[in-house]
Amino acid sequence: MLRRIAFPLVGVLVILGLLYVGLGIDSRALPSPLVGKPAPAFQLESFYDPEEIVTEADFIGEVALVNVWASWCSSCRSEKPYLMELARQGVTIHGFNYRDTRADARRYLSAEMNPYDKIAFDPNGEAGMEWGVYATPETYVLDAGGTIRYKHIGPLTPRIIREEVLPLIEKLEAENR
Amino acid sequence: MIAELGNFALILAFCLAISQGVLPLVGARTGNERLMATGRSLAVGQLVFLAFSYAALTWAFVASDFSVEYVARNSNLALPTQYKVTAVWGGHEGSLLLWVLLLAAWGVAVAVFSKALPRKMLARVMGVLGIVSTGFLAFTVLTSNPFNRLARVPADGVDLNPLLQDPGMIAHPPLLYMGYVGMSVVFAFAIAALLSGRLDAAWARWSRPWTTVAWCFLTLGVGVGSWWAYYELGWGGWWFWDPVENASFMPWLTATALLHSLAVTEKRGGFKVWTVMLAILTFALTILGAFIVRSGVITSVHSFAADPDRGVFLLSMLAATLLGSLALYAWRAPRVGLGGGFGWYSRESLLLGNNVLLVVACAAVFVGTLYPLALDALGLSKISVGPPYFDAVFMPLMMPMLFLVGVGPLIAWKQADPVETSKQLRWVFLVSILIGIAWPFAMGLWKPLTALGLGLAAWILLTAAVDTRNRMMRRRSQGVGSMLGALRPSFLGMHLAHAGLALVVVAISMVNSYEVERDVRLAPGDTATAGGYEFTMLGVGGVRGPNYDADQATIEVTRNGKPVATLTPQRRYYDSQSDMPMHQASLHRRPTRDLYVSLGERLSGDAWLVRLYYKPYMFWMWVGGLMMAFGGFLAAADRRYRLARERSTVVAEERPAATGRSAGQEVG
Repeated sequence: MLRRIAFPLVGVLVILGLLYVGLGIDSRALPSPLVGKPAPAFQLESFYDPEEIVTEADFIGEVALVNVWASWCSSCRSEKPYLMELARQGVTIHGFNYRDTRADARRYLSAEMNPYDKIAFDPNGEAGMEWGVYATPETYVLDAGGTIRYKHIGPLTPRIIREEVLPLIEKLEAENR
Repeated sequence: MIAELGNFALILAFCLAISQGVLPLVGARTGNERLMATGRSLAVGQLVFLAFSYAALTWAFVASDFSVEYVARNSNLALPTQYKVTAVWGGHEGSLLLWVLLLAAWGVAVAVFSKALPRKMLARVMGVLGIVSTGFLAFTVLTSNPFNRLARVPADGVDLNPLLQDPGMIAHPPLLYMGYVGMSVVFAFAIAALLSGRLDAAWARWSRPWTTVAWCFLTLGVGVGSWWAYYELGWGGWWFWDPVENASFMPWLTATALLHSLAVTEKRGGFKVWTVMLAILTFALTILGAFIVRSGVITSVHSFAADPDRGVFLLSMLAATLLGSLALYAWRAPRVGLGGGFGWYSRESLLLGNNVLLVVACAAVFVGTLYPLALDALGLSKISVGPPYFDAVFMPLMMPMLFLVGVGPLIAWKQADPVETSKQLRWVFLVSILIGIAWPFAMGLWKPLTALGLGLAAWILLTAAVDTRNRMMRRRSQGVGSMLGALRPSFLGMHLAHAGLALVVVAISMVNSYEVERDVRLAPGDTATAGGYEFTMLGVGGVRGPNYDADQATIEVTRNGKPVATLTPQRRYYDSQSDMPMHQASLHRRPTRDLYVSLGERLSGDAWLVRLYYKPYMFWMWVGGLMMAFGGFLAAADRRYRLARERSTVVAEERPAATGRSAGQEVG
């Protein structure tokens, strides 16, 4: 009798177990093990120019935001206006174009609406793995020395920018001076 | 005071649900007629008390009673009255109350419309519904009571999420919940059949109309959700493979499989175990959906606030459903006989193919939704799965299914002749290929996937037309009236639903290939073009709504200099959250294209960022969805089920399985 249902039973138990473990994890507040560590190394094509290579060194040098985005990611669209606002205020923003195609991403980014300085093109999520990308969009704050000082998973909101991101950037820039 | 009465009514309904989950089942077990009969009155009592409770909560909203915590969080004084009424289901607790109310309504509907069911069967169905209701009511009363009071009463409430202040949002949750909750009825029938050990054609015939109606509501719910996302989120997208969307899509896929599998069980007595499994699976997926949306286990744009306690409760319900059903099945399976045999090429085999494809598609969505969570739970790497995965996996599964949708209705049960089918359909096949090839050219750019999609849509429409014609011609000698009479509601409903699917496929193929999306900078007087239309910005002005300020652009649309429309997209700043502007897109809809304009942010000077879309054939998507649902309602209204119900007692007592029935023609 048990043999008849053994297979579905195991499947059901595995899924229930996973969901139960998953409940204990707050996916919104993952402390990144990378905070406080140097930006992980990577080598990718530049989004703008396939001939050019972008590495972590290109992201380092001044206090900067690194934003992981994709044209298919709806939350990225919702945070894009705020990135634009930050870029207009003079914050340097670099990007990973994550699991995307150049054509789609270019449409997403039309010339008027590009908040990014350097963009690494990561169609297979290789660098994303190194950087511990959990879900797009994600935003990191790098200090001038290239250390990750902050990570936010999910879209940026005005509140988070006002209360967390901007104060941190000001602090880091003050340290730098 | 009113809120306390509502709370009291809720608790009374909970007590009635417990009785309904016990008494009728005990009655069916011991053969006690009086106990069996209690199910009906207990269901009515539940509905009365829940309706009162729901009315009490609605009153608290309309009267702006902010001493009720739920009201304070989801409403405020400035909220327009119609949104105060709909805000009742704008949050977790109230939407759960709506859920149990609809569940009680379905329970009463079963009690009223199933008078002809054998008493034991009805008692078991009512009993299982009582257990389901007990679970959800316990969840409401113990973890999510909407009537909790606040110690300190705020002067004004927070506000209903501005995204939900919209007509689409008024209709979406009730329709979706009607579908979800309807699946509980289907589940109750399946469990009742397992309890009695009699999974037969009669059981299939009883549960089929309920399944169809629940499926229609689910279809409408998913469709309205997509329609809402399309115009309200301001990105012009209509499906994002978001976990919450997937939560409603997975039961829809298995419910679709169940509809078709029930057809085989009813007509040929086959697929019994498979059908009962699908019924259980669909119900389990509705609970999983509630878990995904309400436990905070998965991050999503529009899930409810996280609360692990609720997650544990829903997970326990899911575990009880799945493990209980499996145990019941292990106990009863030896009594389930086999159905009629069928050849490799028959309507059964094609329906089996359709079922397998739908279930595999559901599994693919399931994996894509939960895989990131699974890796996370195991402490492995963290990944995100986006539309690229779903597109890559889902599309290849749907293509053969669409092909089968065309063939299935035309061939015979048990054993059909492939040569005859190919003779009958070769012209249709050729014409479909030609349409598939030619149509993309008419759109300007030829793409293989688009051609395939359009060809398959043409195939479904043409085969439906051929089938309809054949059926009418068979009665050619008997006059027009008789010819039309041959088109029974179940037959028409099936083809209508399939044609609706074809329209949706056309819309998806067209919009994926030919939509034009442009972000442009427009100052007053500037013009931009998209999809052959010129968009001229006339100006941007301030507008005051009932509870928001808005910048409203006036954009004149012309084509070759001739005026087409004036569009007024807005950027709204709700008083309750003025730092998060909401886009209110403005659309001009025509059967073959939508023009969609969304106002972005202010650039330098008086120039604004404006997003222009040209979306071909979007209209077909919504019409297609409506046709699918309407087709389902038509099929469920077929006279056959009413007759079956009148005769069913006899059928059930005398013929345990109608396996040897002659080959019918309709799947309906």
